[in-house]
Amino acid sequence: MEYLLATAIGAMTAAGIYLLLRQRTFPVILGISMLTYAVNLFLFASGRIAINLPPVLLNKTPTYTDPLPQALVLTAIVISFGMTAVVVLMGLGAFLSARTDHVNLNEGQDDSAEAGK
Amino acid sequence: MSLILIAALPFLGALLPGLMIRSGRNACAWATASVTLTALIGLLVHAPAVMRGEVIQYRLEWMPLLGLNANFFLDGLGLLFAGLILGIGLLIIIYARFYLSRQDPMGQFYTYLLLFQGAMVGIVLSDNVLLMLIFWELTSLSSFLLIGYWKHLPEGRQGARMALAVTGMGGLALIGGMLILGNIVGSYDLTVILQNKELIQASPLYLPALILILLGCFTKSAQFPFHFWLPHAMAAPTPVSAYLHSATMVKAGLFLMARLWPVLAGTPEWFYIVATTGLITMVLGAVIALFKDDLKALLAFSTVSHLGLITMLLGFGTPFAAVVAVFHIINHATFKAALFMSAGIVDHETHTRDIKRLGGLRHLMPVTFTIVMVAGLSMAGIPLFNGFLSKEMMLDAATEAPWNGNHWIVPALATLGALFSVAYSFRLIVHTFLGPKRDDYPAKPHDPGFGMWAPPALLAVLVVLIGIMPALMVGPLVATASGAVIGGELPYYSLKIWHGVNAALFMSIIAVAGGLILLAMHRPLDAAWIRARRPEAKAIFDALMRAVTGAANALTDGLHNGAMTRYAAIFTLAVILAGSAAWFGGTNPAPVREALAIGPVPLIGWILLMVATGCMVAFHRNRLLSLVLMGIVGLIVSVAFAYMSAPDLALTQISVEVVTIILLLLALNFLPKHTPVESSNARRFRDGTIAVLGGLAVGGLSLAMLLSDFSQESISAFHLANSKPGGGGTNVVNVILVDFRGFDTFGEIIVLGIAALVIFAMTESVLNSPIGAWLKQRPINPLEAGDRHPLMMVVATRVMMPIALMVGVFIFLRGHNEPGGGFIAGLIVAIALVMQYMASGFDWATARQRYPYHMIIALGVFAAAFTGIGSWFADRPFLTSNYGYFQIPPMGEFELATAMAFDVGVFLCVVGAVMLALESLSRFAHRAGDRPSPYPMDIDPSRDLPQEAKDA
Repeated sequence: MEYLLATAIGAMTAAGIYLLLRQRTFPVILGISMLTYAVNLFLFASGRIAINLPPVLLNKTPTYTDPLPQALVLTAIVISFGMTAVVVLMGLGAFLSARTDHVNLNEGQDDSAEAGK
Repeated sequence: MSLILIAALPFLGALLPGLMIRSGRNACAWATASVTLTALIGLLVHAPAVMRGEVIQYRLEWMPLLGLNANFFLDGLGLLFAGLILGIGLLIIIYARFYLSRQDPMGQFYTYLLLFQGAMVGIVLSDNVLLMLIFWELTSLSSFLLIGYWKHLPEGRQGARMALAVTGMGGLALIGGMLILGNIVGSYDLTVILQNKELIQASPLYLPALILILLGCFTKSAQFPFHFWLPHAMAAPTPVSAYLHSATMVKAGLFLMARLWPVLAGTPEWFYIVATTGLITMVLGAVIALFKDDLKALLAFSTVSHLGLITMLLGFGTPFAAVVAVFHIINHATFKAALFMSAGIVDHETHTRDIKRLGGLRHLMPVTFTIVMVAGLSMAGIPLFNGFLSKEMMLDAATEAPWNGNHWIVPALATLGALFSVAYSFRLIVHTFLGPKRDDYPAKPHDPGFGMWAPPALLAVLVVLIGIMPALMVGPLVATASGAVIGGELPYYSLKIWHGVNAALFMSIIAVAGGLILLAMHRPLDAAWIRARRPEAKAIFDALMRAVTGAANALTDGLHNGAMTRYAAIFTLAVILAGSAAWFGGTNPAPVREALAIGPVPLIGWILLMVATGCMVAFHRNRLLSLVLMGIVGLIVSVAFAYMSAPDLALTQISVEVVTIILLLLALNFLPKHTPVESSNARRFRDGTIAVLGGLAVGGLSLAMLLSDFSQESISAFHLANSKPGGGGTNVVNVILVDFRGFDTFGEIIVLGIAALVIFAMTESVLNSPIGAWLKQRPINPLEAGDRHPLMMVVATRVMMPIALMVGVFIFLRGHNEPGGGFIAGLIVAIALVMQYMASGFDWATARQRYPYHMIIALGVFAAAFTGIGSWFADRPFLTSNYGYFQIPPMGEFELATAMAFDVGVFLCVVGAVMLALESLSRFAHRAGDRPSPYPMDIDPSRDLPQEAKDA
């Protein structure tokens, strides 16, 4: 299980970073969303994996899952929605104003060092 | 008067001039003077006790954990400096009233002056080095304002910038040095530091601390090679020069050296750094001063020279030299302030400060001439004036300071400095006031009014009185202040005019004679000086600043060239590198946990997730498809939460997923549907490499974390144990959110609300711009305009609405004990509302929306805040909760806790924020002329059927 979770987090991070480095706003937003999933899962994983353990206090079971990361991740999910919405609106406003959804200041500008010369 | 009040008075009083200037310039000046006078009287009240050898203290804990306390103390040295600062400050305030012209904003000037005064008093009274550093920086800042007071003059602005750059950098070094010093001793209290001489001098960090502290002192006191800022600061109005550059700010460095003298002085390092620097500065300043034609520049370099003299004396490290240093500080402050003010008078009355255009003013300005002559002769070191006494003692001290075993070099150079000092002092008197009367003065010279000449005249009287009766006038003050510097027994010394025939007398005679000869040869020497090629300090400084600025610009532009993608790439790489450095550089936890077995269900989920993630990267150009793929990823993530015992997270994730997808779809309505191919293969390879590196790093970190145990005991056990007895709920996650960490949640809903309001504001600004007008007029694409509000969907959402709301309420109510709560309930209700928008259109839904979402957000925040405040009435801290159980008949037993009222706040805030965000985005689609439809759906069979059919 640990291997599955870790590889999933890694894959989503990699996809997120790759999309984040694209030159248009929409893929960048998708990249940020993917990174959000990965980060939330990572934070959640800091409580270690627990399967079939109650998150709610019962009289019968002696062990529980770790509630603290869950509480932190819960608000993180909601806040990240708020932030995604802000970024989406910034992207939309920029596209409507500039008629381009390029993320760089100069359209088509390559950020590699060779192009800078 | 309490010491803190003395230090605070100028700061508090700084508000007055700005207000009083409305009542006229005299009222403004009086208000300012009364502030300083009050502080001065408050200080002098303590004088008798300090003279008896007592140390007045005031202690106030500010941030004790950092060692930062507002501790003040007043001993002899503090009394001397505070007296100089406030006393000369008072004279300057009176002088400035008459010096400033009607065009100058006087209120500003006095405000700056008082700020500066407060900062200086703070430095000399601080008992805590951290507090002193704060005041130290404040002097740099307020002197920047004062030097650049004439904002219209480029020299003023440049001089102010240069002074700030040099003293500011010195201040940074000083912070480092003081922190090291405090670290060695283990306390930031000066009184403690001053008692630990052996500890400090034995520390291996003594030399770094010494160098850093001296950098701060040398820059502030304009010691070579940092002397160049002082002459450029002369672009300031003369009252500023007289105050800052004779009596106060430049003396701050000397003060600090004197203050720390007991613990830092006495080592060879101290002697060679401080005494040598002082000696060089003294000679260099005196030589340059002789060849300056600007009155103020001459005085500025003379100040540099005298500061060097005092530095050198402190550098000798002998108690006798320290006494002389203290004595000369007093003398220099009196005659130099008088000279600066007189130079200002000459400038004010003749409209020039160029010595070559002056001369013969003796009969035109007799009062000014008298003052300048007295103060100038004192500066030259002529008997019967106070400068003579300390100069003789300085020469005496110099004869006993062998430099590297060489007995004659220090006395010889000291005599040379004194010689040039005589030359420039006489030049000031002779070339300005003596000689024939000229007829080409820029303005007709005459003596100024009483208010302007009284302050320098008072100082000139002091010069003479101290010169004739030194022991009577300042004997006790010198003794007390020197005692504070030395921190032990006073050496033998006597303040008197005639010390008998000794080496110092001969050196003095040589200096006076040589100086007069130099003055006689001034014309050819001056011509040679002008022809000679000299390094120009300002040019070097400017070149240095240009180089530094250029390098900084090159770095910044290289990293930040306007390409967001570059920032992101650099940032990601930097994070990966920093993380790797920490990982490979530190000790890592051993994998101690057994990996859990992989069941078929998680494996299927994992495969789905990996495929969806891979496809997302591969097909990201097709934006709608990538949105579908993102939905899959989000769905699996929420299932994963459910599988790994986190039902609350699963519920939250899935509902957030719904609103996120709706949000992105709304945006895609306007954004292009495809991403073009732009990046080169090399570029994509580079990005891919960074992405894979990042993925490997995060994945590896996750695995290491998952397979190791907690490095410290988790605090979760506390939450589990106290959730029921303390918070009254069995759903620990919810209890943490609304109770244990309620304050966090409170902040988070506020952030969420702010995000929604930001979205609303941005929407408003876009829609109210020309783009909004264009959007409203855009043509209708006939392909889009099908059945926009289908009957099936309208009916389904109407039926769903009450059910969804019911589910929301249910989830909300059970939240404290079972999975659920305000966040999830808020999201569910928001989705139910959004569905109405989707089914019947924005205009139809908005027409039926009675409560603005802003208000719902505000209500939510207030509900949460008042719940928190409510616990104050029960004498409990903010957000303490209480609870009880109640029966709500159809739904069974529920618990009502005050935390529930808080959760209502969370609920309202989430509903309001989500709805406001989505509603704002929908408004982009609104076209001009769109009217709210009276019907919920476009095609309604019951409406379209003929009337007869209905009747039948």
